Amino acid sequence: MIDQFPVIIVLSPMFGALLVGLFGARNHSVCFPVAIGALTISLIGAVVTAKRVFTTGPVDYFLGGWDAGKIVEGVEIPLGFGIQLRVDHLNALLLVVIAIAVLLVSIFAIRRQSEQDTEKTHYFYALFLMLSTGLFGMTITADAFNLFVLVEVSSLTSYGLIAMGSSPRGTHAAFNYVIMGTVGASFYLLGVGYLYMKTGTLNMIAIHDILHMNNEVGNAIFDSRSITVAFILILIGMWIKMAFFPLHGWLPNAYSYCPSSTSCVLAPLMTKVSVYVMIRMMVTVFGLDWVFQHFDWSNVVVWLAVIAILAGSAFALAQNQLKKMLCYLIVAEVGYMVGGAWVADSGRWGLTGSLYHILADALMTLCLFLTAGILTRRAGVKNLTDLDGMFKKMPLTMTGFIVGALGMIGVPPTCGFFSKFYLIRGGIDSGHWEFVVALLISSLVNAVLFFRIFEIAFFGKKPAEGHGHHHDEDDTAADAIVPTEPGLRSLAPLWITAALIVALGLMNGSVVEFIRQTPGLILESPVKAN
Amino acid sequence: MREFIENFVQPHFNYWAYVIIMMIGLWALIAKRNLIKKLIGMSIFQTAIILFYVSLGVKDGATIPIAPHHVAGDHADAHDSEHAESHDDHKAHPKPVADDYSNPLPHVLMLTAIVVGVATLGVALAVSQSLFKDFGTLEEDEILEQIKSGDYYD
Amino acid sequence: MKWLALIAVIATGSLLIYAVSDFPDWGSASSPANGGVEGAGRSVSQTFIEETDTLTHVPNIVTAVLADYRGYDTMFETVVILAAGMAIFAILRVLRDTEKPVDQSKHDPSIDGDHQRIIIGTTCRLLIPVIQLFALYVVAHGHHSPGGGFQGGVILGASFILLGLATDLETAIARFSEKQFIGLACVGIFIYAGFGVLGQFYGRGFLDYGALQPIFMTDGEPMARSHAMLGVEVGVAFTVTAIMFAIYANLASKGELKNGL
Repeated sequence: MIDQFPVIIVLSPMFGALLVGLFGARNHSVCFPVAIGALTISLIGAVVTAKRVFTTGPVDYFLGGWDAGKIVEGVEIPLGFGIQLRVDHLNALLLVVIAIAVLLVSIFAIRRQSEQDTEKTHYFYALFLMLSTGLFGMTITADAFNLFVLVEVSSLTSYGLIAMGSSPRGTHAAFNYVIMGTVGASFYLLGVGYLYMKTGTLNMIAIHDILHMNNEVGNAIFDSRSITVAFILILIGMWIKMAFFPLHGWLPNAYSYCPSSTSCVLAPLMTKVSVYVMIRMMVTVFGLDWVFQHFDWSNVVVWLAVIAILAGSAFALAQNQLKKMLCYLIVAEVGYMVGGAWVADSGRWGLTGSLYHILADALMTLCLFLTAGILTRRAGVKNLTDLDGMFKKMPLTMTGFIVGALGMIGVPPTCGFFSKFYLIRGGIDSGHWEFVVALLISSLVNAVLFFRIFEIAFFGKKPAEGHGHHHDEDDTAADAIVPTEPGLRSLAPLWITAALIVALGLMNGSVVEFIRQTPGLILESPVKAN
Repeated sequence: MREFIENFVQPHFNYWAYVIIMMIGLWALIAKRNLIKKLIGMSIFQTAIILFYVSLGVKDGATIPIAPHHVAGDHADAHDSEHAESHDDHKAHPKPVADDYSNPLPHVLMLTAIVVGVATLGVALAVSQSLFKDFGTLEEDEILEQIKSGDYYD
Repeated sequence: MKWLALIAVIATGSLLIYAVSDFPDWGSASSPANGGVEGAGRSVSQTFIEETDTLTHVPNIVTAVLADYRGYDTMFETVVILAAGMAIFAILRVLRDTEKPVDQSKHDPSIDGDHQRIIIGTTCRLLIPVIQLFALYVVAHGHHSPGGGFQGGVILGASFILLGLATDLETAIARFSEKQFIGLACVGIFIYAGFGVLGQFYGRGFLDYGALQPIFMTDGEPMARSHAMLGVEVGVAFTVTAIMFAIYANLASKGELKNGL
């Protein structure tokens, strides 16, 4: 049974989606228990598998019984014959965080039933569960093409989630997202094609082995233009998907004009998983020695990341809508992670910081978007000025918000502090001072942003003229909402997230130590399948 | 020029073609202001990738990847003795030679990519239809103008 | 926007052209993708071609790769289709009855004339069964000839679309209702994943069709794989049929599933 968990993590939400599709239309009350059950199974699977990785090292799972090296009917099965799943130190914790996040959002999202679009509840749950399948699948797979298919599963469902029941602007944003997302996925697919052309296989580990064959043929492939171009294409594809600065255009509108429950699941997870895919490609497929030593790209990408951080922070500062501000913060955070992954210090602290920041940022973004969702629903908050005196009206919600905000600023003991610490350490070790400076400036901007909000929410800054609630039909019925604390179903996810932010911060030592055991991350030896 | 064509273009003719088709698609995707034209560009873009992949699997003089069938098949199950024979037959038969059949893997991958392309196009059309419901137009400029004019604050 | 497009096209185009000179020759059997990398043993595709007959007894190698070796991909491909269908329903479907009464003039046969109906109707009545029969053949014969679940499913879906085009959407919906096609799409993936999970119940991996040998009562696992692949293809065909028609029905009627094109 324990061997089957890697695949069960992915399958469980898929079966949940099928059950919702079959029975949800007749009876909407089926949806919620099915979603919770399916995602709980995934969470258990992720935790059990992570524990296995912790005790015994990377876990491989071969689909269809086509295990590499197994003899079937007298034929020895080569690596890459079937599809392989792999859980190692790089993705074990990310799987757990994804599972926690989707489970919490599905609890939070239950309120949709009593809101507008009630009759589409089952579509929401079916898409939501399929999105979870896609995210788990992207994280766990060790097959380059399979990754593309799962990228498409998660993208198509997120197009649907953003466009369903949202405002005209949300639909327009969804259209741009479809175009950009398709271009990103196509670039990725093309990059995989180039890799396949040169190596004849699609399995990530097999590609790595061929690229790092220590002979003439291996070196010729290693040095060939096609592999370089493949890497650039995959990188650009993933940058589009993760909204890396010049390619971020689709994100802010898409995430701020969609329903709260949708933005809560997409904002923390989609970009982070794309960053993970980039790092997976760098570590497992191309090998860090190829990426960092073969070409001197490190400087270029770090500068791009610096621009992304500064631009994201500047845009965030210019916003007066809460959700839009958070969206631009995501753009800045993506800059952190890309920059950290590319600083190329010899101790790999930058990359470690990036990987840790993926986990930390997923939780912090989740926390902030959950608060934004609650505030939109219960108090009709759209602009920052609407937060006026909110601490008095909704103290329980705002407590969660403070934790998330402190994490974003980087105040110990939240995980935001430690991830920045590792990122800065990577920047200093590698001599990328521009990255360090950008991180500090961005932290400063976050501090300004959130303290401005605290000020408004604590002391109440009366807007000059009537900033009425004439434009808050997102999730709530319009006009004259008296802010009240939400029920436990909204507050519990928020508080759990807040607690996890602190817990992840306190456990940073062991988490980082675990991440650093990733094969190929520190030692520059090829990753071999076991 | 002739040399260039013989050395660079001719052996890679399909690849040049795919790059050109793909760039036509990319151009339409970015430069066209009509949403449906953008989607046409998107389809061209994806189709170019299919051409690229399928070109990878071509082998000179090879046929489609369907090997001749020479197993007695399932009806042999009914008779054990007969089946044993057929099994021996099967063993004795020479294995197909890889160079005689074109590469099946790119075809499989592209079957997936085609399906994904259809699915994406369907969703994109649905989104554009929903946009038409909201804005009454499919021209990007007019939509942006309406958004700017403040009718759609949210 | 034009200059941005020009820059993007020139940059991407030159990047791609830059790599083209490095490509293996077109049609070369010894390129890494076809013949494997020198010194790394037999390539995956060579193994597919040479061993498929031994491993699965399926002549059509593409089917074997699609439904067995890379069956996990194909399952999620089917999920992509279901996701697209669900997304389109979520975006377009109008479930609240806020619309004005149906415009009767559209259904008045005197407008487009009975004679047209007779010609189109008769042709369709003759064609549709043939199309559907051919679709089933394509599904069932996917092991031996080009074909399989996707192709057959699309043809089957097209037959319903033809019905919708030739008469009107209600006529087609009457034969294949919304509840039916959503259910059929889910059942299709259930069949697919069910074959996979059955393998797990036998203590083997997900999608390990060889484990199903006791169920199919074949002798030898290759034949069991062959049978399971047919089952899987049927599942794919269900989903594809249903979603193809669902996409058409929603797009043609702006999500109302009536008064379509």
